[in-house]
Amino acid sequence: MAYSDKVIDHYENPRNVGTFEKEEENVGTGMVGAPACGDVMRLQIKVSDDGIIEDAKFKTYGCGSAIASSSLVTEWVKGKTLDQALEIKNSEIAEELALPPVKIHCSVLAEDAIRAAINDYQAKKGGKGGA
Amino acid sequence: MTADLKKTHFELFELPAAFDLDQAQLAARYRELQRAVHPDRYASASDQERRLSVQLTAQVNEAYQTLRAPLRRARYLLALHGVVIDDQDTAMDPLFLMEQMELREALAEVRGAADPFAALDGVRGRLEGMERAFVASLSVDLGRATAEALGAAKQTVRKMQFIQRLLEECGDLEERLVHS
Repeated sequence: MAYSDKVIDHYENPRNVGTFEKEEENVGTGMVGAPACGDVMRLQIKVSDDGIIEDAKFKTYGCGSAIASSSLVTEWVKGKTLDQALEIKNSEIAEELALPPVKIHCSVLAEDAIRAAINDYQAKKGGKGGA
Repeated sequence: MTADLKKTHFELFELPAAFDLDQAQLAARYRELQRAVHPDRYASASDQERRLSVQLTAQVNEAYQTLRAPLRRARYLLALHGVVIDDQDTAMDPLFLMEQMELREALAEVRGAADPFAALDGVRGRLEGMERAFVASLSVDLGRATAEALGAAKQTVRKMQFIQRLLEECGDLEERLVHS
């Protein structure tokens, strides 16, 4: 099975690999895993006071498609509001990267990781009586 | 040759449908069944009997491979209890996933270690310890088989899939270390 050029590009030059300090209050961390293939993905967002995602980082252990999917979404979420980021669908990720059907679950993982990161951020803020 | 492709793997092997099973008994039953259904014994039989023999041989092999391995056996038992594992479900215990990240990082650092084989053994030792603990809790939960216990067993099976994958990667890495 051949990877598309976009997958190879993200795989060879992954964007935004790294970590933010988990405890920082403007950081949301999403951890998801795919039992079927053993892939693990951590996606973090840094949110500005006016609710815009100003930065994102990821670390993924998995196949090229999983790495490319998470790399791509860290680029996509930057500059978006949380609501806009929640609208990102796995089908858009799969389409952009031209993922074959057997690799669709990698894009699902990336979509779930964004949701998990946003949930984590909102839970933190909610605990403080914020939005 | 009894023609019953509807039997569960446990019924086929005349074993109780339980997670804890006697491996020696399983292996002995496997050899018996294999002999009984082997296509060579039906070389001069009718077409229908020969076809059935081939089907039964496949069933016996599939059953043996499923019952022999703890992870597959647990998954199969859960399915018999009507508990299906959705492989698209990506939500996992965050602490477990963090540990997975850490184990993956440790595995990635093996190559650069002063003694890569010792480093690899360290990671593999941790994984095997986790696997033993998971097998022990599957034994308890699948033995109890209440709705709550089956739910717990399902989560354990999902975690064990990660461990199994990492153990495979340890094996691959060892191969590469040996040949480099």
